[in-house]
Amino acid sequence: MKVWHFSEMAYHPAWPHLEQSYRVIVPSRLFDPKIGADLYHRYLDEWALCDELGINIMTNEHHATATCADSVCTIPMAILARETKKVRLLALGMPIGNRNDPIRVAEEYSIIDVISRGRLEMGFVKGVPFEISPANTNPAELTERFWEAYELILKAMTSHDGPFNWEGRHFQYRSVNVWPRPYQQPHPPVWTPVGSTESATEAAARDMVIGVLNTGWVRTPAIFAAYRNKAREKGHEASPDRLAYMALIGIGESREEGYRRADQILGYSRTSGIVAPQFANPPGYVAPRAAAQMLKSGGAMAARATRVQTKDGHPINPRTMTVEEAIDAGLSFAGTPDDVFDQLKAFYDHVGGFGHLLMMAQGGTISHEDTVANLTLFSKEVLPRLADLGR
Amino acid sequence: MAAIEIGNYGLDGSTAGAGPPLLFLHGGDYVAQNGRFLEILAGHWRVTAPRHPGFGHSARPDGFRTVHDLAYLYLDWLDRQPAGAVVVGSSFGGWVALEIAVRSVEKIAGLVLIDSLGVKFGGHEDRDIVDIYALPEDEVRQRTFYDPARRSPDYSALDDNELMAIACDRQATALYGWRPYMHDPGLRQWLHRVQVPALVLWGENDGIVTPEYGERLCAVLPNARFRRIARAGHYPQIEHPETAAEAIQDFAATEVRR
Repeated sequence: MKVWHFSEMAYHPAWPHLEQSYRVIVPSRLFDPKIGADLYHRYLDEWALCDELGINIMTNEHHATATCADSVCTIPMAILARETKKVRLLALGMPIGNRNDPIRVAEEYSIIDVISRGRLEMGFVKGVPFEISPANTNPAELTERFWEAYELILKAMTSHDGPFNWEGRHFQYRSVNVWPRPYQQPHPPVWTPVGSTESATEAAARDMVIGVLNTGWVRTPAIFAAYRNKAREKGHEASPDRLAYMALIGIGESREEGYRRADQILGYSRTSGIVAPQFANPPGYVAPRAAAQMLKSGGAMAARATRVQTKDGHPINPRTMTVEEAIDAGLSFAGTPDDVFDQLKAFYDHVGGFGHLLMMAQGGTISHEDTVANLTLFSKEVLPRLADLGR
Repeated sequence: MAAIEIGNYGLDGSTAGAGPPLLFLHGGDYVAQNGRFLEILAGHWRVTAPRHPGFGHSARPDGFRTVHDLAYLYLDWLDRQPAGAVVVGSSFGGWVALEIAVRSVEKIAGLVLIDSLGVKFGGHEDRDIVDIYALPEDEVRQRTFYDPARRSPDYSALDDNELMAIACDRQATALYGWRPYMHDPGLRQWLHRVQVPALVLWGENDGIVTPEYGERLCAVLPNARFRRIARAGHYPQIEHPETAAEAIQDFAATEVRR
């Protein structure tokens, strides 16, 4: 199993000033650039450490939010492409349905792949609903834009004989000619985050690696099964390296220490969904049938509130979730190295195996010292035991 | 089977009454609530009220992406009428009506714009049309209706068919109107082409597009007059169907060419 360290580079000093929304409408006067600079350097240091620990690196992006100050996932990646030498670099990823210029995305990814000498893994994401407002893209056309951008980017990265023409519905270029071409041939591995069986099936149809985030014990098995079924339908078995699962990891010398770290990282889960309701389901973002059901049942926020569940299907309030609840939900693996391995192994068996662990070892308010200890202990005590899993 | 056929396209909707033709173009939401208004109009007119392509249970042909496509579709409908029709557009439907009228008024006997969208008057930092997608649901309702408590549907009591129609209305409104937001930047410069009697009817308490916006719209149309409806928001024909229908009757009796 490959392990990736993921942080959202949260600007948590703003959190005490926020109530109804951590996203979209949060004024940037709450971002102190001096504190922000310290935080960026600190998060980059933690990723740089991963190069020594044998843990791969994952970045993401969100916009207009204090929950994630990484608004351009390729910027930290560009720094790390030079600063690290060994581990792989996953950007999960670029919201290509929301960005206006897919060619620019192909260029950014290609440069990072070349500078890192072929260590990039490139993610393409549709983006959560609250990304629509900052980008002002049409939610009713998002899926269509996403797939057109995806096709254009891959073609642009794999065409090496001079310009080609692209006159699509959403993107028009008469001279596509991306320099540099990527280091990896034909192109870096392609990932996409997935949260439903439908999107897992679409990803499987294209052999993309799926990153499954925050779906937990109850919802993950069906998603992985949908992926495997589609692969089988196409005539092959999906290898474990097509499947990734994200979990919040808090590990310590004692169970108390591990839980304390997990509790701080859980600041991510407790704040991530706090958004003014009008941004939670822009019209057209979900299919009309799902939107009709939400109308009936009290809106998108009500639907979101029941997504985290215990193993036996009881909803957990994400805003007040305890470490024990997060472990029960399969969102977190926490405690001593043995605890973490046992929880991870149980989850692994429950979902039928996977090849990548997207480990949130930094999130919420956990300090730099605790993050370093968290990553180091994981690398020393758990990582060697994962070598035989998910191969 | 579609209720209204226009060439190769079939639309959900209703046709009722007898008299000269009147085409009603609905807004982005609360479409079913226009029933009483249409019923009154059908006492004097042959009322055709299609659900726009992509709205309600009307299919959206793949090529339909902009308000311009809707305008050409209804121009096709107008071409097929024996005589000029009165075109009544509410909110988003008013925008469609304006897009039709700048293309051709040949088959338009009169134009009625009810709290219409579609035109931008202010600068790039001014918001002429309130961003309903960025405001809390309650505030949008307050801005939409003079008496929101009476007008807000109980969605939990609606059947799946009606809920599906509303979800499609909202998706289609976003598809056609998301960006630029509920207007066509090129429309204003062609409004001098609307050489037909026009009635600009406005809810006095409209908090989505203010009566002042309506007056500006009226002022740039070559042959329009402005009339307010008291104690009404963005959809005065829903809150006061009799008053709105009477205003249209007065307008038709005095100004519409025959």
